[in-house]
Amino acid sequence: MHPAFSVIFLTTLIGAGQGLFLALFTGQLYASVQLIEPQGADFYTVGSVLSLALLIAGLGASFFHLGRPERAWRAASMWRTSWLSREVIVLPMMMGVVFFYGLFHYLGLTQPWFVAGDGALPIDATMVLGLLGVIVAFALFVCTGMIYASVKFLEEWHSPYTIGNFTFLGMASGFMLAAAYSAYLGNHLVGFYGTWAVIFTVLGLGTRIASLIRNATLKHKSTLQTAIGVRHRKIVQKSQGFTASSFNTREFFHHQSPDFLNLVRLVFLVMVFPVPLMLIGVSYVLESPTLPIAAFVIQYLGLVAERWYFFAEANHPQNLYYQSIA
Amino acid sequence: MTQLALVIDLNVCVGCHACVTSCKQWNTSGWAGPMVDENPYGADPTGTFFNRVQTFEVGSYPNTETVHFPKSCLHCEEPPCVPVCPTGASYKREDNGVVLVDYDKCIGCKYCSWACPYGVRELDEQQQVMKKCTLCIDRITDQSLPEKERQPACVLACPTNARLFGDVHDPDSEVSVAIRERGGYALMPEWGTKPANHYLPRQKTRMHISEDELQRADNPLSKEDITVYTGEETLDDVTW
Repeated sequence: MHPAFSVIFLTTLIGAGQGLFLALFTGQLYASVQLIEPQGADFYTVGSVLSLALLIAGLGASFFHLGRPERAWRAASMWRTSWLSREVIVLPMMMGVVFFYGLFHYLGLTQPWFVAGDGALPIDATMVLGLLGVIVAFALFVCTGMIYASVKFLEEWHSPYTIGNFTFLGMASGFMLAAAYSAYLGNHLVGFYGTWAVIFTVLGLGTRIASLIRNATLKHKSTLQTAIGVRHRKIVQKSQGFTASSFNTREFFHHQSPDFLNLVRLVFLVMVFPVPLMLIGVSYVLESPTLPIAAFVIQYLGLVAERWYFFAEANHPQNLYYQSIA
Repeated sequence: MTQLALVIDLNVCVGCHACVTSCKQWNTSGWAGPMVDENPYGADPTGTFFNRVQTFEVGSYPNTETVHFPKSCLHCEEPPCVPVCPTGASYKREDNGVVLVDYDKCIGCKYCSWACPYGVRELDEQQQVMKKCTLCIDRITDQSLPEKERQPACVLACPTNARLFGDVHDPDSEVSVAIRERGGYALMPEWGTKPANHYLPRQKTRMHISEDELQRADNPLSKEDITVYTGEETLDDVTW
């Protein structure tokens, strides 16, 4: 497939945005039961603004993918059958929850309504919004992943690993950003968020490697024989029907050499996994305020490469019909 | 239920592209138009087509065979491109099974093209909406045309009659009979898309001549003849 930067930025930016929201709420949950140092309202407000900005930037990037962006509102109508339509509904829901979560913290509406579990867990409006946000964030990861995983013709994507990758890598990126944010503020949560970021990065490594192995040995269902219905071992296309390019030769091919693909894979495997883990590890020891920020930026750039490779790796069966120009 | 479709006879297709040009001509000026050509006289021309004729070579020289292969939307009975459309612009007509795109609803997200294994949907460069074969829906449903002309432009244009058009759900239609009696098959059956369009395979007309037809083993004159011949002229060598 042709890797479109609109979709690459959409999926990586909203992944980080969702992950950051999950990180903020995880922090709030831990702080409310006094497991970590509680933070002021500013921490959550600014964090929510950051998360919302990422979600909006992702949504903005997605418009560049559309031929007719002015009609984008129509995309919410077919949620019964289309995962793309479901994402179009869940993404604004996510934005709404993050907006109100930040707003309630900003307005200080954090008086507990009641205290659950023998005086251990105070429940306030932000807690309820946060729980709602967790559900919506995971729903959004599933919707985004299923857009790709549900297309059975793209066999490289048609696997649960796709959803695993989108979820774990999004969360890794978001928690890494929370660690960077904490490091920038100089509070004591760098270790907390850094640890979670490491956990999600390792989980993401697991599903990503699994999908790479699966795809390396994938045997495609369709062949030139089934494509034109002629039973012969040797069939060669002599003409695809036109001498220049068409939508079919642009949208479904990455037009890069195998060497370039291998290079991108190497780049993302290095930038998404070992380098950020190492930087976070070193920042523990040095208590550096800049290393977690570097870890997030490097991992995010690595994720852009990862998403590029994700698209380029997928081989669409229609390509069987477009092998030779002559 | 009616399911209109094309049946393409690979046995007689000569790869002349008349269906391609007649399709473009009819549809660019009709309901589905325009089918825009970008940079038509430049180095890299590109344009929207609903129908392409491709050419494949089967076998190794000298035992090769050229297969001309016209390809357009197959109007699947289980169209995978329809449920993925987020706006409902892609739909299958209830009354005749033709898969169409509502150009006023399409947002150009290209998702339906990903969900089609046959590569028959093309995004129009200028209109930025998805386009595909309509089976000339504006011709075949036009009651003001004489009945003989209510057929897709490609079918009317084909000089070798390689394209048949009709209802594949009617067991007695020309297309159903052709599929049934001449080994009509669907493309990529492994995906379960149930394409309505079918292809008729190439067939070779072979003459079978057995040895006894040449030797005339049942010659009654030879049967009765008990003479043992040793190379001399026999009754079989006489010119009658």
